[in-house]
Amino acid sequence: MPDTFKPLTVPELEAMAVRIRCDIIEMVTTAQAGHPGGSLSAADVVTALYFRVMRINPQNPAWPDRDRFILSKGHACPVWYSALAERGYFAIAHLSTLRQLGSILQGHPDMRKTPGIDMTAGSLGQGLSAGLGMALSAKLRGKDYHVWVVVGDGETQEGSVWEAAMAASKWNLDNLTVIIDRNRLQNDACVKDVMPLGALADKWRAFGWHVVDIDGHAMDQVVQALETAGARKGLPTCLIAHTVKGKGVSYMEDVADWHGKAPCEAEALRALADILSCDLEDVELFGETVDG
Amino acid sequence: MVELGYHYIRSEVVRLLEAGALLEEGPGEATRYAYAEALLVLGERNPNVVVLNADVAKSVNTTAFAAAFPEREFNFGIAEQNMVAAAAGMATTGLIPYATSYAVFLTMRALDQVRNSVHYPRLNVKLASSHGGITPGPDGPTHQGHEDLSLMRAIANATVVAGADAWTTKLATWAAAEWDGPVYLSFTRDPVPDLYTESYPFRIGDAVVIRDGVDATIVAIRDMVAQALVAAEMLAQEGLSVRVIDCHTLKPLDTATLLQAAEETGALVTAESNTILGGLGGAVAEILVEHHPVPMQRIGLRDTFAESGPYLDLLEKYGMSARHIAAAVQQAIARK
Repeated sequence: MPDTFKPLTVPELEAMAVRIRCDIIEMVTTAQAGHPGGSLSAADVVTALYFRVMRINPQNPAWPDRDRFILSKGHACPVWYSALAERGYFAIAHLSTLRQLGSILQGHPDMRKTPGIDMTAGSLGQGLSAGLGMALSAKLRGKDYHVWVVVGDGETQEGSVWEAAMAASKWNLDNLTVIIDRNRLQNDACVKDVMPLGALADKWRAFGWHVVDIDGHAMDQVVQALETAGARKGLPTCLIAHTVKGKGVSYMEDVADWHGKAPCEAEALRALADILSCDLEDVELFGETVDG
Repeated sequence: MVELGYHYIRSEVVRLLEAGALLEEGPGEATRYAYAEALLVLGERNPNVVVLNADVAKSVNTTAFAAAFPEREFNFGIAEQNMVAAAAGMATTGLIPYATSYAVFLTMRALDQVRNSVHYPRLNVKLASSHGGITPGPDGPTHQGHEDLSLMRAIANATVVAGADAWTTKLATWAAAEWDGPVYLSFTRDPVPDLYTESYPFRIGDAVVIRDGVDATIVAIRDMVAQALVAAEMLAQEGLSVRVIDCHTLKPLDTATLLQAAEETGALVTAESNTILGGLGGAVAEILVEHHPVPMQRIGLRDTFAESGPYLDLLEKYGMSARHIAAAVQQAIARK
């Protein structure tokens, strides 16, 4: 059974997304490693899923009828860990252990170590296939759970993503939704310079998906799109969430360098002030653990 | 026959061995077909078993499972990476997928998925791999999966099993369903002799002594077990008593049985139609060098690509026939 959590309203979701963005900054600052840019860009989508849309039960993470979530762009796991902790899958205190020896929070998601992680991820281009397998299993067994997969836009350069896209359409998986975090940057540079994706929406349409473009930071749009995903009978849904890498942090926004780099303490304080829209002197890191 | 000390070997096979005619008259069935037959039984027995294909269902005969259980068969087309990661996703929900293809494509095209989506999270996926070693003789090197045993052995959480004949391939296929975690099952494309009686005591993780001997031991896997038996018979003609071990599970390796053979016979030869690098020969050498070094020789594909040709002719040309195994045994014994 799902838990009794009352789904958040749009303003409440926006507030939660702020909290999750702060967690992300604090986690990667404490770890002095990790991927803030792509975590911040996906924060609104992940927040809407965990605090409103998905049918889940943090007290029973293995509940067979739960919705499944896969962060195929596994390097953005700080956003996932924060959402899981804030939603009650494990204690928030764990967040400061990201990437540390013995932590339940690995550098990339590990389903055997972290409660609530439905699929190990990290090597790009595999999560949609795994989600496809979960969705096929639901159809085979007559279960009505939905499978949500967040894929990076750069990640769609992996050919296996398109193998999965082709297959989801073959099997009419209307219980499968992919959300493409279209932040337009990847590790090395801009997606359009590294390997342009062309007419991305048309490509997914041509593969047989119901495609919707949304502003991935407009919470009302995000919620509306997620809540109507799967409504087209027999069609898998592809939401192209147009986002900003590093969203919420002035100096990270749209800067490829912040794909996989941790801020120093001063930068982290600036980031928190940006996210909270307040003065620098009004913020503090949770981090007496910062710098050991 | 009794004094030769064969175990679990069909009497017809013993007769052919003694007549020097096993390889000509023995075959047998390609073990890929035995896998497909075993799946039909599994399908009845276990509703969680599903079969995933990648456009070689006709070649492996998994079309039979598709006909018997159409709702539990999924053909992914020529897309092994998607098939393997989808199998991982299915396994998270309690299904037991048998993802079926050829060794080259399963362990090389999809190796990242095999490693990161199946073995790292230790998901209950069975990788069913035909065309192992150089058994797809005529197809040539692109389809000869002669690295699969080495690659799979290097992956943590892997269990690697290769039956030597049709019957033990069926037993392996059934045992894999009961094994909680990934299992790599390797099959032959070309036919091999039906070696065993139903008394064969199959258990994942065991190496099985199928012929007694005191002068040396041949440790063989998959298609090379038949060659090893022929080699032992050749050596018997020369007065040598050679033990033969069917090492159907490459990982986890049955170190107790192998070390006992090293201690009791003092010389070992490994035989595989896999590359000589890092497969059975490598595995046995690692055990011996740390625990009980004895003279050892390795038979396998010697760091080269083979070519198209009839399977038995390839074994001959590339130094993996019974004759070569027998010569390697002589060498090992000479080094005692």
